[in-house]
Amino acid sequence: MRADFIFEKTTKVFAFLSVAIVSLMGFLLLMESWPSIQQSGFLFLIKKVWDPVIHDYGALPFVYGTLVSSGLALIMAIPLSLGVAIFLSELAPYYLRRPIAFLVELLAAIPSVIYGLWGLFYLVPLLREKVEPFFIDRFGFLPFFEGPPYGIGMLPAAILLAIMIIPIISSISRDVMQAVPQHQREAALALGATRWETTRVAVLRYGKSGIFGAIFLGLGRALGETMAVTMVIGNRPDISLSLFAPSHTMASVIANEFAEASSDLYLSALAEIGLVLFLVTFLVNMIARLLVMKTAKPFAAV
Amino acid sequence: MKIKIEKLNAWFGKNQALKNVSLAIPVNTVLAVIGPSGCGKSTLVRCLNRMHETIGSAKWEGKIVLDEESIADFDPVTLRRRVGMIFQRPNPFPTMSILENVTAGLRLNGMRNKKELESIAEISLKKAALWEEVKEKLHQPGVSLSGGQQQRLCIARALAVDPEVLLMDEPCSSLDPISTTHIEELIHELREHYTIVIVTHNMQQAARVSDDTAFLYMGDLVEHGATKKLFTNPKEKRTEEYITGRFG
Repeated sequence: MRADFIFEKTTKVFAFLSVAIVSLMGFLLLMESWPSIQQSGFLFLIKKVWDPVIHDYGALPFVYGTLVSSGLALIMAIPLSLGVAIFLSELAPYYLRRPIAFLVELLAAIPSVIYGLWGLFYLVPLLREKVEPFFIDRFGFLPFFEGPPYGIGMLPAAILLAIMIIPIISSISRDVMQAVPQHQREAALALGATRWETTRVAVLRYGKSGIFGAIFLGLGRALGETMAVTMVIGNRPDISLSLFAPSHTMASVIANEFAEASSDLYLSALAEIGLVLFLVTFLVNMIARLLVMKTAKPFAAV
Repeated sequence: MKIKIEKLNAWFGKNQALKNVSLAIPVNTVLAVIGPSGCGKSTLVRCLNRMHETIGSAKWEGKIVLDEESIADFDPVTLRRRVGMIFQRPNPFPTMSILENVTAGLRLNGMRNKKELESIAEISLKKAALWEEVKEKLHQPGVSLSGGQQQRLCIARALAVDPEVLLMDEPCSSLDPISTTHIEELIHELREHYTIVIVTHNMQQAARVSDDTAFLYMGDLVEHGATKKLFTNPKEKRTEEYITGRFG
């Protein structure tokens, strides 16, 4: 009895500790960013200028950079990840499923600084010498391909993010697809559906919300990813439509400028960016979990 | 003969589920397949629309002929449009309305005309004796219906693609007695136009609904013949023991 009492209380403390840590983190960020919030209020989020020298702080370039790099990453990662998930859950022969799933999930275990190094040493030169000149040459009239081929910039950041979120999206959406009951597939097959139609009608439709959840979890990861992005994005607080222009994200500006923030207001402005990022990722992850939970038990059994 | 099965053998991995089964099913008759759990009765019907082979380690050998054509030469997709199937548990698509469920097969075939789809849905729901109960709520989800209604919805869904043969794999095993009666009455009406193979655990049901009965035991076809004869005067001792409830 006594042992159980201690057991229950200790685990309870641990459980509440994690809740306390998250709340404390949010509270401290709010405290730290208070001076900046008082200074510029909501304008902070929509102001384009970031000039610490004259104490003018606007977060829009970072919000823009974070949203665009994550959005581009999703555009690249979603078809790839769903392809991987569909192959592993529906088509691959059984002896291939485990090894491939394992290798794909291993992608998530690579430290992000390694991705950054790979980006810097391989991807950026490739983009600078081959890919970007090609696009500038042929499609330079479009605003998305304007400017000189720096190599570093929005494009490599988005590509790295895409590679980094593929394992999350593919492994969770594979789990979701495997949770689709076999009788749903058989219902479609028995009507004369092809394999693709069965996947579309029985599997993807049934697991839709869970797959959206997987995508949101990937988005959550992309929004907060710091190291790899900081290494290749170019770190310039400009808003440019061009994929080739150096840019900045909320996470990368904090990592980059925190050490050199020379005044209290500067620090406070960075903390406020952190607060915004904290809230956004919190929200995105919450939506994601709710969606995944919804497919785990979506429809009442007979 | 609608279907002829000759020397059918089927396996799951190394496990043989059917051994040298041969039998024939005349047009527009009901064949009941009975036998204890694990005797291969589900496997037998799942071979007839080549659903058996969709499971990873499963394979089959032998000859199954549908209207003089070997089903091994069919594209499984085409075959399954001629040989519809009803499953043990009602499995309507939960994301679709009643109407969408019934027309799912037609829409897979590429039919887009709304009027045509709706009229076929009405005919199929009437054939499945469900129309009166659902005509006011065709746009509600299929899973909002009761279990028995869902099973009739699945029958309507199978009928909508205009099959010639209906396979029913224990269609009443998850239903209450009243729904079971509904389905059995339905089978009586459907036999006029369709050749039906029904797997059942319930011997009274087999006796009530079928013209012929096949008794399977451990993968062997022990006895096959007219239902009346098989139940009143079985040739084999094992059949007699099973139908009198001494094992199984």
